[in-house]
Amino acid sequence: MTSTNTPIIQLSNVGKSYGNISALRDVSLTVRQGEVTCILGDNGAGKSTLISIIAGLISHDQGTYAVDGAPMHFTSPRQALDLGISAVYQTLALVPLLSVWRNFYLGSEIRKGSGIFKRLDVKTMQQTAEREVERMGINIPDLEQPVGTLSGGQRQVVAIARAVHFGARVLILDEPTAALGVTQSGLVLRYIATAAREQGIGVIFITHNPHHAYMVGDHFMVLSRGEVELDTPRADLSLEDLMFHMAGGAGLNALQHELHRGEPTTAGQAA
Amino acid sequence: MNAITESVETRVKRRQLQQTPLWKRILKRPEVGALGGVILVFAFFYVMAPPFRQLSALSTVLYQASILGIPAVAVALLMIGGEFDLSAGVAVVSSSLAASMFATEVTGNLWTGILLALVLSLAIGALNGYLLVRTKLHSFLVTLSTFLMLQGLNIAITKLVTGNVATEDISGMVGFDLGQRIFASNFHLFGTTVSIAIVYWLIFAVIATWVLLRTRMGNWIFAVGGQGDSARAVGIPVKRVKIGLFMVVGFSCWFTGMHMLFAYDTVQSGAGIGNELLYIASAVVGGCLLTGGYGSAAGSALGAFIFGMTTEGVIYADWDPDWFMFFVGAMLLLATVFNGWLRIRALSRSK
Ligand SMILES: Nc1ncnc2c1ncn2[C@@H]1O[C@H](COP(=O)(O)OP(=O)(O)OP(=O)(O)O)[C@@H](O)[C@H]1O
Ligand SMILES: [Mg+2]
Repeated sequence: MTSTNTPIIQLSNVGKSYGNISALRDVSLTVRQGEVTCILGDNGAGKSTLISIIAGLISHDQGTYAVDGAPMHFTSPRQALDLGISAVYQTLALVPLLSVWRNFYLGSEIRKGSGIFKRLDVKTMQQTAEREVERMGINIPDLEQPVGTLSGGQRQVVAIARAVHFGARVLILDEPTAALGVTQSGLVLRYIATAAREQGIGVIFITHNPHHAYMVGDHFMVLSRGEVELDTPRADLSLEDLMFHMAGGAGLNALQHELHRGEPTTAGQAA
Repeated sequence: MNAITESVETRVKRRQLQQTPLWKRILKRPEVGALGGVILVFAFFYVMAPPFRQLSALSTVLYQASILGIPAVAVALLMIGGEFDLSAGVAVVSSSLAASMFATEVTGNLWTGILLALVLSLAIGALNGYLLVRTKLHSFLVTLSTFLMLQGLNIAITKLVTGNVATEDISGMVGFDLGQRIFASNFHLFGTTVSIAIVYWLIFAVIATWVLLRTRMGNWIFAVGGQGDSARAVGIPVKRVKIGLFMVVGFSCWFTGMHMLFAYDTVQSGAGIGNELLYIASAVVGGCLLTGGYGSAAGSALGAFIFGMTTEGVIYADWDPDWFMFFVGAMLLLATVFNGWLRIRALSRSK
């Protein structure tokens, strides 16, 4: 916690192909304690593929992936979770017909009793789930409610609260604020900042919103068609630079010109 | 932080909201439709068939229900886990055949036959599960194949071994009495004869319900059937859960097979066909969703009870037994429509 620069996760030249589609090539990334790494890029750039590898959902077929210096080749997200690496997937990975608290603890259930009488500790799980979801700023009246009956944003909050609760060392968020209102987005961003600065958690934050990214990011990586286009610390980058890269570099100027016919707007004013 | 102070108020509000009345919570359970069905069917035959009103009739009904219900409990677990087993009906017979023939023709010892049958039944389940996760085919296809293969093997091997379509009588063998006492004995209760199969059935239903609602494995079964990808993403060993569920069905087939063997002493090699659909129907009437992720083990017991009442009710009412299948079909249709409606209500946002 004290030494903020210890690398937890190190990827070197990682690649992944689906059949003959190469989704990711030559990606190197270091996630350090207490640092927020933002990954940006167009749709289909390979962001979700990259974090799926880190979270153990799929395995890479090129390069190396090391946690605390030890090379890893996860075959199940369980292995990543056991190392304190947890993710909010873009698809959220919730089970619609299961209740909120069961979803929250799915795969990491708290149990009591022993031997064949080992059973779920329902009360503890319900109370913790309630507290954690509330901390993210939403109110779910009934924790027994199936997740499928929640609104898209509420579902997202449940998934985030869950990842936050179990992501003891590395927290991966794939577009967590996509379906959220202003208040909840704010809470999530604030949480990301506190988790990193105060608890020393390494955060990987994927977003299409450069303002959100710039607010919390310490390090920025822009992916483009499976390759790293930009990889730079915050110190070397302004918000304008970041937006420029995200929008596809020079393409943005042309687009702006086309849309505004030379009106004197800069991208930064959009905030 | 602002959110913290807010949460205290919302928590108070929530406490009031959580006081959902008991009857409303019961109405949200998957088995509530089957419970209604039990009452209706019972009332129907109570009125239509005077002999149905006797206590001994109830014992017979429950016995019929237990023969269906033991595999149906396991099939319900499997269906909640998102899969089907069409081979369960003939697998029961495969198990009795294996036990009987291995004991009479090979070792001369009943217990080795019983043990071999257990291994075989678990292996059939494991094979179904393994083929499923390996080929990624729909379980309907995989188990349809094993169903047809077992159906053929049951008759072909029996003919090969005994030269007959049925197995030899095992009632003279050493250990038969003990085996019968374990698997197929009767006892007296309130002046009627009650089969021990009923007791086993109820025990299995209670255990399965407890596992589903109160254990980690139960949580995993719901998750695997409800959204397999999400289950995998949180680290649940989806494949192992599925194979395990098929093996539980295998175990239930073995148990039923042993009951049948010790109740009838011989086994007809062509029997069992069609029962797999009754197991599935019991589970569905009991609230299981064909697509998985939703259902109840207790509900499957209620479903089996409904079919038990119908089988016997038709006989007590002195109708042609062929009516039974008509009733099964009609009830399945009614129950699925009703359960679907209930589920939509349960999953709707209203309190
Ligand atoms: N299971 C899969 N099978 C085949 N191709 C895949 C699979 N998953 C992803 N891809 C391909 O890999 C590429 C990268 O996809 P990925 O989901 O990582 O993009 P992304 O950067 O997360 O996009 P978005 O911003 O839309 O979420 C895409 O071209 C996609 O079609
Ligand atoms: Mg994505």
